[in-house]
Amino acid sequence: MPDMVNIVVNGQPVSVPSGTTVAVALLIGGVTHFRTSVAGEPRSPVCGMGTCFECRLTIDGLPHSRSCQIQCAEAMEVVTS
Amino acid sequence: MALRASPHLYTQTDTEHFDAVVAGGGIVGTACASELVRAGLRVALIEPSVIGGGATAAGMGHLAVMDDSEAQFALTRYSQLLWKELAFRLSPDAEYFPCGALWVAADDREMAEVERKQGFYQAREVPAKTLDRRALEAAEPNLREGLSGGLLLPDDAVVYPPCAARFLAEEAIASGMQLIEGRSVTELSDTAVQLDDGTSIASALTIVATGIMAARLTPGLRIQPRKGHLAITDRYPAFLGHQLIELGYLKSAHSLDSDSVAFNAQPRRTGQILIGSSRQYGTHSPDVEPHMLEAMLRRAVEYMPALADFRVIRCWTGFRAATPDKLPLIGPCPGFRNVFLATGHEGLGISTSLATARLLADLILGRASVIPLDPYLPEREFALHA
Amino acid sequence: MTQADVLIVGAGPAGIAAAVRATECGKQVTVLDDNLSEGGQIWRGAPLHPATAHASKWLRRLKASGATLIPGCRVVDGDPGSRTLQAETDEAALDLKYDQLILATGARELFLPFPSWTLPNITGVGGIQALVKSGLPVRGKRILVAGSGPLLLAVAGFLRKHGAIVPAIVEQTTLQQLMGFGLSLAGSPGKLFQAASLKASLGATPYWTSSWITKAEGTTRIERVQIRRPAGLQTLDCDALAIAFGLTPNTELASLLGCDLDNGSVAVDDHQRTSRSEILCAGESTGIGGVDLSLIEGEIAGCIAAGRDDLAKRLFPARRRARHFADALKQAFAPRPELRQLPDARTLICRCEDVPFERLQTCASWRAAKLHTRCGMGPCQGRVCGPALHFLFAWAPDSVRPPLFPVRIAALLASSRK
Repeated sequence: MPDMVNIVVNGQPVSVPSGTTVAVALLIGGVTHFRTSVAGEPRSPVCGMGTCFECRLTIDGLPHSRSCQIQCAEAMEVVTS
Repeated sequence: MALRASPHLYTQTDTEHFDAVVAGGGIVGTACASELVRAGLRVALIEPSVIGGGATAAGMGHLAVMDDSEAQFALTRYSQLLWKELAFRLSPDAEYFPCGALWVAADDREMAEVERKQGFYQAREVPAKTLDRRALEAAEPNLREGLSGGLLLPDDAVVYPPCAARFLAEEAIASGMQLIEGRSVTELSDTAVQLDDGTSIASALTIVATGIMAARLTPGLRIQPRKGHLAITDRYPAFLGHQLIELGYLKSAHSLDSDSVAFNAQPRRTGQILIGSSRQYGTHSPDVEPHMLEAMLRRAVEYMPALADFRVIRCWTGFRAATPDKLPLIGPCPGFRNVFLATGHEGLGISTSLATARLLADLILGRASVIPLDPYLPEREFALHA
Repeated sequence: MTQADVLIVGAGPAGIAAAVRATECGKQVTVLDDNLSEGGQIWRGAPLHPATAHASKWLRRLKASGATLIPGCRVVDGDPGSRTLQAETDEAALDLKYDQLILATGARELFLPFPSWTLPNITGVGGIQALVKSGLPVRGKRILVAGSGPLLLAVAGFLRKHGAIVPAIVEQTTLQQLMGFGLSLAGSPGKLFQAASLKASLGATPYWTSSWITKAEGTTRIERVQIRRPAGLQTLDCDALAIAFGLTPNTELASLLGCDLDNGSVAVDDHQRTSRSEILCAGESTGIGGVDLSLIEGEIAGCIAAGRDDLAKRLFPARRRARHFADALKQAFAPRPELRQLPDARTLICRCEDVPFERLQTCASWRAAKLHTRCGMGPCQGRVCGPALHFLFAWAPDSVRPPLFPVRIAALLASSRK
C-alpha cells in the first residue's frame, strides 16, 4: 500500500498516493472545473507539462499556481475558482 | 468592419486627391483623421504597422488632468471631457473605465502639494478631494501604511489605447476614410506626401502625427524620445480601485536628462494590474532593460507591498515624443504652407489626443476653438531656436 | 550567483545526454528543468511510474555524473552579453553564470482548435500520458486518442496498459503517407521493431486514418465527439479525449537570447552551435526528431561545449541516420489543409483570454491580433494559440521579451543585477 497524502480541496478532504500532483488529485476527487475562463467556461488541465496554464488553482493561498507542476503535500489547501 | 489596407495603389498619375492625409495611425493620428472625416473632408490615414501599435501601445491610458501649467491644464481638462463624451460610443474592447485617480502623498511636503493642487482644481471647477491618511487607507487598503494622504480626482478615467485607436479608425473608415496600412511617409510637401514604396499621394493638407518619427520628416523639430517601461500582472481582482500615481511622478516627468522611475498602478477591467512608469533619455533600443524594470517594480512594491507576490506576465517598452517645454506641437509646421503637426505629447498622448484633434480641426476648418491654440503652436518651438 | 562551465536548460533526453558527456569530459555542469523530476516529457517517470530501461540507464548516468540538478526551475530572462541567466523556483530567484550554454528546451504539443475543444477532460496526447504518470487512474475510462503522429500509437498503448478503453485512434494523415513512413523506417531496424511492437500492443484498437475530430460535445465536460472519416461523419461517446497534432519546438529562450531561428526551430550548425557561438542547442528545439536524435544531438553538444570536437565528430554518422527519421516524420504527419476549416466563428482560439476565431479573422498580423483582441496576452504568453495561429493564418510570431514565464515580482527584485 503506497503512502497516502491528505489534502483539502474546496474544503473537502482528498486522500491520494504520495507523489500525486495537485492537478491529478483534483481529477481523482472528481473535480473537472479547475478554473473559470474569462468568458465563464469551466476549464481543466490540457498539456500536463506546465505550458497551457489551464490547471491554475489557489494553493495554500497563492493564486495562479500551476497544479500539474506541484506535488501534493500534507494538509495542503486547494481552492478552485 | 474589417480594418484592411486599401487595395487601391496610389501613383503619381492617379487623379485621386485628398483634402487631408494623416501620417501616423496612433491615438493622435486616428483622432485627427476621425475629426476631419466627421467634418466632411476626404481623408487618408497612413500607418506603417498596426493601428495603435506604436507609442500608443505603450501608453498607460490614464486620461488625466494635470496642473503643471495653465496651458497643460487647459488641454488635459478639455480632452478629458471629450473622452467622457466619446465613452458613450466607444467599443467595449477599448475598456473605458471611469475609476478616478488618486495622487498619493508620502510625507508632509507632498501633502502640502496635494492641498495646493486641490485648490488649483477647485478654482477651475474640476472635482478634487483631499484625502487624509485614514480616508486614503479606506479608499485603497492595499497601499502601505504610513502614507500621509492623497488627492482624489473622480473625473480621471482609464482606457485601453490600442483598441481606442482602432475604434476611431474604424469609425472613420465607415465614414469614407481611406486607410493605407503597411506604408510609411518618407517625404512631405505642400501638395503631396511620398511613401516608402515610391508612390505619391496628392493632398491639400498633411497632418504629421508620427510621434518620435516626426523629427525625421520635418527639419529642426526638437523632439526627443523618452523610453518608458510597463509591466502587467495576472488577474488579481478587487486589489486596486483607482489609477494610482505617486506625487514624485512630477519630478520624474520634469527631469530633462536623467533616468527615473515613478510609481503608477492601474486597475484594468480584467483585474490585471498595469504597472509603470519609467523615463530614460538617449536610448533608442526597444529592449526591456532589467535594471529599469526592477527599479520600477521596486518602487511599486514600496507603495503596495502585496505586489511582491503578484506575477508579471508581460513587460514592454515604448518611446514618448518629448519637447523641451513639455507642451505638444499642434498647428502649422514652419517651413510649409499646408503641413500641420500633431505630435510631441510626451506622457500625455492618450489623454490629450482628442483635444489635439479637435483644436487642429478647428484651425483647419476656421472654427472657433474652446481653448486657445497659441501655447501649442509649433512656431513657438522655432522661436526658441532663434 | 551560481557559476557553471556548462549550463544546460532542460533535463529531457538531450539535456541529460549533454550533461553526461560534458561531465565525463571534466566540465562542471548545472542542469535546470521546469519540472519536478528529470526525464523531460518523454522519460519523466515521476515517483509512481518508473522509467523504461533505456531511460533508466541514462538517468542513472546523470545521477552518477556529478552534474548539479535544479528541478522546478524556470528561466525568466537572460543576458547573453554577460553570459547570465535569471531563473525562478518556487522558493528563490537564481542568477546563473555560464561559459557555455546548452539549450535543450524540447518541444510542446501542437493544439489545433475545433468547436468546443475547451471542454474539461480534453487533454493533449502527451498531456494525458503526463497526467497518468503523475498518478491519474484511467482504468475503465473511455479515452479517445486523436490528432497526428506516432505518439498517438505510443500513448494509446500506454493507456491500454493502464486499463483504459481506447475506442479508436483518429489519425489525420493518409494511409499512403503512413505506408511511406513505414517504408522509411525499413532503413532503421530498431525503429521498425519499435513500430511493430507498438502495433502489437494496440491489439484490436481501430486505427482510423484520414480522419479527424470535427467537434466535441458535452455540458460540464466532454461526452462525445463527431469525427470526419472518409466514409462520412461519425459520433463516438467518450469520457475523455486526448488530442494533439505532433510537437512544436520551444524556441522562446533561444529567441530571447538572440539565437537565429530557422523555420520555427533553433538554427544550429554541425556542432550544435546556434548563431551565438557560446550557446548550443540540442534536441527537439532544433527540430522535431524523436528521442534517438535528441540523445545524439545532446551528446554532440555536451562534447563540443567541453571542447572535445573529436569525440563529437564520431557521433556525426549516427546523427545523420537519426535525422532520416526526423525528416520522414515531418513529411508523413504534416497537418492537412482541411484542419484550417475546423474552427467556426465562435471557436475560442486564445484560451487564456477567450478570443473567438471571428475576432481574429479581421486581424492582419499576430501583433495586430495581440493588441486589438488580447489574443496571446495571457499567462501562457501565446504558447498555445501562437502555433495554432501560425498554422491557421501563417502568422509569424512576434519578438520575445522577458519574462519568459509569469514571474513573481519578488523574484525579479531578488536577483542581484549590475
